[in-house]
Amino acid sequence: MSVALRSQVPSGPLETKWARHRSEIRLVAPANKRKYHVIVVGSGLAGASAAASLADLGYDVSCFCFQDSPRRAHSIAAQGGINAAKNYQNDGDSVFRLFYDTIKGGDFRSREANVYRLAEVSASIIDQCVAQGVPFAREYGGLLANRSFGGVQVSRTFYARGQTGQQLLLGAYQALARQIGRGAVKMYARHEMLDLVVIEGRARGIIARDLVTGKINAHAADAVVLATGGYSNIFYLSTNAKGCNVTAIWRAHKRGAAFANPCFTQIHPTCIPPTGEHQSKLTLMSESLRNDGRIWVPGRAGDERRPEEIPEAERDYYLERLYPSFGNLAPRDIASRRAKEVCDQGRGVGPGGSGVYLDFRDAIGRLGRHVVGERYGNLFEMYERITGENPYTVPMRIYPAPHYTMGGLWVDYNLMSTVAGLYVIGEANFSDHGANRLGASALMQGLADGYFIVPYTLGEHLALVKPGGADTSHAAFRQSEREVTERITKLMAVNGRRSVDTFHRELGRVMWDKCGMSRNAQGLREALERVRCLREEFWNDVYVGGGNEDLNQALERAGRVADFFEFAEEMCHDALQREESCGCHFREEYQTAEGEAKRDDDRFAYVAAWEFSGVGNPPVLHREPLAFEAVHPSVRSYK
Amino acid sequence: MKVELHVWRQAGPAAPGEFVRYDVADVSPDMSFLEVLDVLNEQLVARREEPIAFDHDCREGICGACGMVINGRPHGPERATTACQLHMRHFPDGAEIWIEPWRARAFPVVKDLVVDRSAFDRIIQAGGYITVRTGSAPEANSLLVPKRDADLAMDAAQCIGCGACVAACPNASAMLFVAAKVSHLGLLPQGQPERHSRVADTVAQMDAEGFGACTNHGECMAACPKEISIDFIARLNRDYLTATLRRQTSDVRGDGVEA
Repeated sequence: MSVALRSQVPSGPLETKWARHRSEIRLVAPANKRKYHVIVVGSGLAGASAAASLADLGYDVSCFCFQDSPRRAHSIAAQGGINAAKNYQNDGDSVFRLFYDTIKGGDFRSREANVYRLAEVSASIIDQCVAQGVPFAREYGGLLANRSFGGVQVSRTFYARGQTGQQLLLGAYQALARQIGRGAVKMYARHEMLDLVVIEGRARGIIARDLVTGKINAHAADAVVLATGGYSNIFYLSTNAKGCNVTAIWRAHKRGAAFANPCFTQIHPTCIPPTGEHQSKLTLMSESLRNDGRIWVPGRAGDERRPEEIPEAERDYYLERLYPSFGNLAPRDIASRRAKEVCDQGRGVGPGGSGVYLDFRDAIGRLGRHVVGERYGNLFEMYERITGENPYTVPMRIYPAPHYTMGGLWVDYNLMSTVAGLYVIGEANFSDHGANRLGASALMQGLADGYFIVPYTLGEHLALVKPGGADTSHAAFRQSEREVTERITKLMAVNGRRSVDTFHRELGRVMWDKCGMSRNAQGLREALERVRCLREEFWNDVYVGGGNEDLNQALERAGRVADFFEFAEEMCHDALQREESCGCHFREEYQTAEGEAKRDDDRFAYVAAWEFSGVGNPPVLHREPLAFEAVHPSVRSYK
Repeated sequence: MKVELHVWRQAGPAAPGEFVRYDVADVSPDMSFLEVLDVLNEQLVARREEPIAFDHDCREGICGACGMVINGRPHGPERATTACQLHMRHFPDGAEIWIEPWRARAFPVVKDLVVDRSAFDRIIQAGGYITVRTGSAPEANSLLVPKRDADLAMDAAQCIGCGACVAACPNASAMLFVAAKVSHLGLLPQGQPERHSRVADTVAQMDAEGFGACTNHGECMAACPKEISIDFIARLNRDYLTATLRRQTSDVRGDGVEA
């Protein structure tokens, strides 16, 4: 097998690439569209918007999700907002500025043309969502309201209280529901994709397991779209929903899709710190809180006083001190790393010293409790519910937690992977955020891909293939089904002594320590060794229990954790080969005297796309060089 | 702290169910309710017993996956709190806690505490949306929405579709769920063209799914983790009446199409 990375970026000036490409993409005749069956896996912002839009166009669509309803996909938990270059605030925003902020925020490790297109379609997303009835925040005059978000200096973020993801997802879900109602989409809820079927180099379908009956089903299609989200749960503790996993993209990777930049994982600075061993997940506090909250720790280590007893002069507002122009709005990677740094110096607050204050005292003084409540009331309530502390009177405690993964399956400009007919959208692909994602950009990308990109670019592939070219009687489907079934049987048969969760926790601890907020070569080599041992132990000692013919949540988790084990090694290999610091990837060996990331454009201005070469074998590295035509990679400064 | 749990165990939709007692020690007051079930499940696995099946996903109170009746109240004793956000500091040491699934004909039990809520999806499919083709939307600010209306629409739109309202209702009615969606879209100018067909179609689907009728007990509002008000049910009733009258008088569907 060989991997060819052809980015398919159209020629011509950056500003006209997408418009021109769109008018040159092959079209499928309206009467023929219904003959093409498209499978969409995942029903979050990217999946639901893609499935609904493709059905709108006339394609025959099937959509799969592991949740009991497509409305529960994890996009629903996004709090803060969605960016769009509308320039409604008259503050100088533009498509170019949104593009530039995003590519700079990603530390110049994303593909220029993709990022520009993302900024370009951002405005249409807001139009689409408003038309669907998404109740965005409004001004008194009835116009849409905006706020600013981390890493930028304009107000371009649209929001619906602290539940923007929920409202956008419900908009997409309702569009999908309409298509299900009219019979244009067949929905498979409580189904998990367990394999991709590739015939003669083309994606031809999937194998899925019905989670209620345990039945393994084959589904043939003319194209497959993966919208299965990110893999932050490799760390066990993350802000992701418990069910989020790498399985769909990992299995596709094993069938030939290259995996790009797996080590680019975002650690979000504002999460509620863990309280003990029982902790099952971490809760994010929206980054929008940093607009009005001030982050600080005591000036000296081991200061045990209560926050209100610490006088102003003995507080260290470290982000404001280090980054005077961005202050508390410094990008996520920087805010997270600096929080870890002050905690490592012994200045952390709360149980175990793993926390920093996010203080609203000054904002309440300046704006009044009412205004602060209107902006953040539901977040404050959520915080109080979890911690039992009232943020109106006691500063919040926050600490970084894994939140988003910029890495994902490699895709070309059309969002097609290295397997023909396999498209990857949303967080599951790698293309738009480089080494670090800016706040309020994930929702934008998911919906851009689903509403406005894949519905066009899919035609490029479909126009070349005859509809209905594969059916599930093909030997490749039988083979995949057999392999999936054997793997499940094998998992159940181990019959060891340890639960799935204990293995997952242990894997998460190794990855957090060695391949988390900061990394070094020695630690990564240790992690590779440790992960390999743990993986072997897992296959010798895991206990799943229950049966395979009804709902078995332990079995579902076991399959996902088994895939995380395989994937973890690839993540470490990626982090090891990238001998530079960029964005969220901080290699301790490569930093400036001030502790900032030291990028190496001469050696590492490329996308690392990995080819699978067998479980436990080092994957093969392929490089897509990143060329910048419109912007010059600068040293990212937020001082 | 210690707790004495009585958990509803049911192998499948047709199997008989029963409460089974489990004692769990070393519960931290900082644990969430679902984390206690996690701990219990780890103990069951260690004893080679089958763990308790329960739906959950985001564990931040927004996905709507979790839901169980705790001591007779959907999502437990705390106001405006889903089961995943309920913390053990709200229970006394040694508490006796009874846990059972949502009980409603339209939500058949799948296993243990897991129920099938696909009836909710079918209600939305019947009309809980605004018809808008991808790509044909007008410029967003060309439409003015008074802040008051947008805020009220947002109050209704917060529904997480967990089903607590149905579980709390003596009639197992889905009126609050349907009212929230009908009000969210009906309060906005974008939702006007389909306002009456939407209410007629979603209510018809609700009835077809076997949910009961609303008799104004108000239990739904008390149980709702998002505190959605029964005022929205009044809105639904008004719109439903209008839709029905229109249909009877002019033989025209709410959306203006000849029936």
